[in-house]
Amino acid sequence: MLKLHNIHKTFNLGTINEKVALNGVNLTLNEGDFVTVIGGNGAGKSTMLNAIAGVWPIDEGAILIDGVDVTGLPEHKRAQYLGRVFQDPMTGTTATMQIEENLALASRRGKKRGLSWGISAGEKKEYKEMLKMLDLGLEDRMTSKVGLLSGGQRQALTLLMATLQKPKLLLLDEHTAALDPKTATKVLELTDKIVAENNLTTIMITHNMRDAIAHGNRLIMMNEGNIVLDIGPEEKKKLTVEDLLQKFEDVSGQEFSSDKALLG
Amino acid sequence: MFFNYMVALNPIAFVNALPSNIAQGLVWGVMALGLYITFRLLDFADLTVDGSLATGGAVTVMLTTSGCNVWVALLVATLAGMAAGLCTGVLHTRFGIPPILAGILTQIALFSVNLHILDGSNKAISVDKYALILSSRNVTAAIITGLIFCGVLIAIMYWYFGTEQGSAIRATGCNPAMSKAQGIDNDNMKLIALCLSNGLVAMSGGLLSQFQGFADVNMGRGAIVIGLAAIIIGEVFCDSVLGKKANFAMRLSFVVIGAIIYYVVIGIVIWLRMDPNDLKLFTAVIVAVFLAVPYLRAQQKNSFKMAGKKSALALKELEKQEKKEV
Repeated sequence: MLKLHNIHKTFNLGTINEKVALNGVNLTLNEGDFVTVIGGNGAGKSTMLNAIAGVWPIDEGAILIDGVDVTGLPEHKRAQYLGRVFQDPMTGTTATMQIEENLALASRRGKKRGLSWGISAGEKKEYKEMLKMLDLGLEDRMTSKVGLLSGGQRQALTLLMATLQKPKLLLLDEHTAALDPKTATKVLELTDKIVAENNLTTIMITHNMRDAIAHGNRLIMMNEGNIVLDIGPEEKKKLTVEDLLQKFEDVSGQEFSSDKALLG
Repeated sequence: MFFNYMVALNPIAFVNALPSNIAQGLVWGVMALGLYITFRLLDFADLTVDGSLATGGAVTVMLTTSGCNVWVALLVATLAGMAAGLCTGVLHTRFGIPPILAGILTQIALFSVNLHILDGSNKAISVDKYALILSSRNVTAAIITGLIFCGVLIAIMYWYFGTEQGSAIRATGCNPAMSKAQGIDNDNMKLIALCLSNGLVAMSGGLLSQFQGFADVNMGRGAIVIGLAAIIIGEVFCDSVLGKKANFAMRLSFVVIGAIIYYVVIGIVIWLRMDPNDLKLFTAVIVAVFLAVPYLRAQQKNSFKMAGKKSALALKELEKQEKKEV
């Protein structure tokens, strides 16, 4: 479903701030894979996701989604293949527009936007049912502005928007990091549910090792712009946080730096 | 002396001038509707409008005086305004020039273009010779025409910004990261919005030149400030009258009402014998005040000064209690 071949990206090339962010990343995902990604700060996790999403062009390598070479496509054209949820709950939704308008925008991802009405009566009914599934009471507030929602509600809505048009690949960039623990758990449960129901191929970055182990069927660890560990379904079932910490020390030669990952 | 001044103010003169102010407000309402697209929906302060307003006036007058049907002339003027908007859009989206600078560049270029169109710095058009759409000669008819124009445009805008494309433009203006992730080409949305906006501004210029009976290369000077005044005054009134319930069509209607209020206020200060040379200064002050008030109110509720005062009081209380305990 996804193939990353030898991806290189260096920021601020030739300046004092030069930073090799991705250093020859190779990764192949099969259909239905749910991969969790962990790694220290600056390991290249978000950079890899941004490379896939086309936030900027990569320096070298190739990105294939479902066999299509998308390396040369800008972000808005790649969007037809991708569902995305961001770390900041403000990023994924449009605050000044209504809940149903946001959903309608998302349901037209990858389609031509013409002069027909932005949202149909049939759609509204459909959205109402979907919002009920979120169990956040949003189905009664369809015409409320999204800016009035809490961070957790916005993240749940973004998740729904990302999967409204079934994406070839769902990219979750620490989408629960800005939420309180209770809300984060709820959004993660919702993530599992939506991914399972739609059999979505998913990449989820997290700082939380327990979440990384508990979710998905595959786990990769990144360090210094490369994938240093790739754990498959069988091994992952038996994995513990201690194992992971040990492995991290082994591959990186340093202790895991983020307290959040240990405490979370 | 004050007494003499008061006596010299003739209420009838004010009442007589009122319809003309309202008609002018309606014509500028069209301009304010155009500016609303960029300023509010796209979040793009577009200074092109000072130039495209005059372009609209110039094209309308020159085409009409050379024998063209006045409606066709107005249509061509609108298209010319759209071309101006496209220039600004291309400068910004294709060449990476910041919005304000891109607008200024087009605006200053249009000054030369407008001089060429007018073949001079101004050109008169007489309602006696040409079948104009509106004229200050017949103010009642001008008001009705202005109302029809604004009403139709509000209806069209209400429809358009509810369509898939219009929604995409609004998303681009509010959250470009989100709209990109949803597959919206932000650059193209900006181009479309700038075209539509400047098209309306030029249409307003075309109507204005007919209303006043001439086009002038300087007729757009400070247009953006007048348009902003209309938008902001309209929004303040809309919020106080309708509160949060106002839908998009109502908000647009209040933008036009804002333009009318602005010209009535201008009528009042002229009636009060303010030096006409001070009008632009006055406009700038009005807009600055209306922009500053919401900010200052928010500051008042949430300022270090206030926090400092409260902390001083709290510390005093604490001191008293400690003394008592001793």
